[in-house]
Amino acid sequence: MKNLMRTGAALIVILFMFSFKLINPGSYVPGDRARDFKLKNVNGKMVSLADFKDAKGFIVVFTCNHCPFSQAYEQRLIDLDKKYAAQGYPVIAINPNDKNVAPDDSYENMVSNAKEKGFTFPYLYDESQEIAQAYGAARTPHVFVLQKSAKDNIVKYVGAIDDNADEAGAVTKRYVEDAVNQLLDGKSIAVPSTKAVGCSIKWKKA
Amino acid sequence: MKRSVFLVLIIFSLCTYCKAQNAAIIKWNTLENLLHQKTDTTYVINFWATWCKPCVAELPFFIEQEKQLSNKPFKFYFISLDFKKDFTTRLIPFLEKHNINSAVYLLDEPDYNGWIDKVDNRWQGAIPATVIYNASANKRDFYEKEFTLEELIQTLKTYIQ
Repeated sequence: MKNLMRTGAALIVILFMFSFKLINPGSYVPGDRARDFKLKNVNGKMVSLADFKDAKGFIVVFTCNHCPFSQAYEQRLIDLDKKYAAQGYPVIAINPNDKNVAPDDSYENMVSNAKEKGFTFPYLYDESQEIAQAYGAARTPHVFVLQKSAKDNIVKYVGAIDDNADEAGAVTKRYVEDAVNQLLDGKSIAVPSTKAVGCSIKWKKA
Repeated sequence: MKRSVFLVLIIFSLCTYCKAQNAAIIKWNTLENLLHQKTDTTYVINFWATWCKPCVAELPFFIEQEKQLSNKPFKFYFISLDFKKDFTTRLIPFLEKHNINSAVYLLDEPDYNGWIDKVDNRWQGAIPATVIYNASANKRDFYEKEFTLEELIQTLKTYIQ
């Protein structure tokens, strides 16, 4: 009985630690189940992964307005969406930055940026930062390629879009394209995770 | 003859001027050497960029500490991750404007995935990030965060023997 109480107490402590984020579960890695969300798009509508009945998966990218790396990839995100949305892998962009820390990344500025750049994909506002926390996004841009399974969305690739932020013309490794192509071909992912330099996510200041 | 001496003098004075900033473009090999110097000096290697707000916010703290610790075995390097094309148009003007004469190197290695883990495998790629190490003290730390002045002073203190 005493042992049972002890175990119970330990469990409660652990649960508390999780709920207060004292334990950081870290970034999603390939093989993890990715949680769904319901976030506000730049057109004012709420968007969830579950809305995309015909999708085979998703190219989820945490990005923002102000970061030069994000800006360098805007056109490449449009190109990815144009190429892969029709094949079942739409781009879903999420801005996780706190508008008090980065005023350029406010919802209003997202709306105008999406319009100005002609985004073809949803550009969602993670105002509570809950989704960026859950995915373990660390920087912008930070990509998570997901594949739909019967019940869930499984993480298949985490990392950079390609190997040259500065010059799109000098890219030699197209990490996201390669991953999605391999998924479409039913192959395993040759490079399931990469790292890249990016802007830190602008977390809310306590 | 007189004229050529005069010319040489002019060139020299111009070069003294242009060397006011110790900035250069480097490749990974150079950075790798900076990250693994086996001496009793403490090396502070800060990754930043001119467009990165938190980096620019903490930069004066590092430069101030570099001056404070100039009589101690400390060496600071500032690794700029600005794009190479912005070296003369952004980085140099930034250094001139803020009168920064520290060792600043722009790392020209666009395939980030090829070297981020070699700096530190805990690094997710966000900047600012800082490596502090002392080979003879067998001490090495990595921070993927923005320092406050107080945090930086306390951290560097642990390296003062």
